[in-house]
Amino acid sequence: MITSTLLVGLVRALVGAHGRWIGCAPSSAQRIYFANHSSHLDTLALWAALPAKLRTGTRPVAARDYWGHGGIRGFVADHGFRAVYLDRDASTRDGDPLQPLMDALDAGDSLIIFPEGTRSQEALPQAFRSGLFHLAQRYPKVELVAVYLDTLHRSMPKGSLLPVPLTCTVRFGRCLQWRAGEDKAIFLDRARSAVVELA
Amino acid sequence: MTIQTSSTNVSMQQLSAQGKFWWVMGGVLSLLLLASAIGWWLHRRAAPDKREVIDNLNMRIRAWWVMVAVLCGCFLLGRVTTLVFFAMASFFALREFTTLTPTRRGDHLPLVVCFYLAIPLQYWLIGADWYGLFAICIPVYGFLLLPALTAFTGDIENFLERSTKIQWGLMLTVYCISYAPAVMLLHIPGYEGQSLLLMLYLLLVVQISDVLQYVFGKLFGKHKLAPKVSPSKTIEGLVGGGLSATAIGTALWWITPFSPLGSAGMSLIIVVSGFLGGLALSAVKRSLGAKDWGTMIEGHGGILDRLDSVCFAAPIFFHVVRYAYA
Repeated sequence: MITSTLLVGLVRALVGAHGRWIGCAPSSAQRIYFANHSSHLDTLALWAALPAKLRTGTRPVAARDYWGHGGIRGFVADHGFRAVYLDRDASTRDGDPLQPLMDALDAGDSLIIFPEGTRSQEALPQAFRSGLFHLAQRYPKVELVAVYLDTLHRSMPKGSLLPVPLTCTVRFGRCLQWRAGEDKAIFLDRARSAVVELA
Repeated sequence: MTIQTSSTNVSMQQLSAQGKFWWVMGGVLSLLLLASAIGWWLHRRAAPDKREVIDNLNMRIRAWWVMVAVLCGCFLLGRVTTLVFFAMASFFALREFTTLTPTRRGDHLPLVVCFYLAIPLQYWLIGADWYGLFAICIPVYGFLLLPALTAFTGDIENFLERSTKIQWGLMLTVYCISYAPAVMLLHIPGYEGQSLLLMLYLLLVVQISDVLQYVFGKLFGKHKLAPKVSPSKTIEGLVGGGLSATAIGTALWWITPFSPLGSAGMSLIIVVSGFLGGLALSAVKRSLGAKDWGTMIEGHGGILDRLDSVCFAAPIFFHVVRYAYA
């Protein structure tokens, strides 16, 4: 609890991370927030931008190869924002890589995911990977909320160790749903556009 | 200026630094209470569609409360706290500036140096009473080091523009703002241990001048001074507000080491340089394509919107006082 509070304070001081609710209002309904991914701060910024009440029930999905090695990062991920770890490396994992995410959804938590899979250097997101599609199909009642994080690609670009303090706005867009029978590519493109239109 | 007490005439000039501070603060707090009451009343009276100007006024009054609280904190807690407060102000001001300035991958390292090295170093130098390095650290060493760091990264696109923007940001938000608490570096004979009062004097005159120029402009403003740069600045506002602020500054001579006439001159210098700062920074802001420094946070102006005149007034005030009195 103290770790989380300190963490939010630090994130606010460094990058602002002020939430603006454009397409939807904050709600305790179970949600999957999906956003563009351009820096290691994204996870923290989006999570910190949520109202304190929603933050405790919302778990960011974090790459095990970056957040899962213990140390300060591991401590922040485990005790700060309660990460759901995702194995990006196909050779080391067994079973469905989405299983930990589904476990968290089954437990009633909301999730934060970055469907690009990896960080991009650009202001606009790359094509989305299919994880979001599978979750949308399997959990039709969970609201999918598009989120856009601005300026963070300038704060901590790939390969840098320290963030440059900048004011980042976290824009929450509209809720999305998978339409029964909708093709994967069409759905993912629609999801990506929902993020792009907030840019 | 003297006040009557029950038995003796106590000259205000003989009060302790603490005593003087609380006399001034008492006056400022009463004014603020009055301003808040008027603001609240105006807000209630105005039609909902005409509240914009009034809400802007109330926002300014709220910012004043914060500044007064910070100043009281500085006085109660001493010089280290004062330096920490101003270092934080520089940090957030530089963050604002950097947010509005387009930067590229190659600017990352120089920016990291600005935030994590230049800010602590500049304020530490004030605390360590090292005037010589304080005065040249950023304008000489910083000026030369930063573009060299940018060059190392090999990104030469718009190199001159990018370097300039980083230099400007650092000079304005760190070097210039640090001159406000740097008055602690001035050792004025007969004024030992009271230098924080000089900072109070500087900030009060700057801010009162800002407010009165705004008020006079709203009440009597007809002739715009620089409509493209800062549409709210008018000749009537500048003259009326500037002269009133100078008069108030003159009346505060007893908290300074200056004579009444000297205080009038100093106030005039603060008012004029503060005005020029507001004008120049408004132009910088607009060339970056923004109306407020803090457009990122809705409903709030940025910290630089409140400190733009201090950026110019503080260093000029410091060096004039140092030349003439220290």
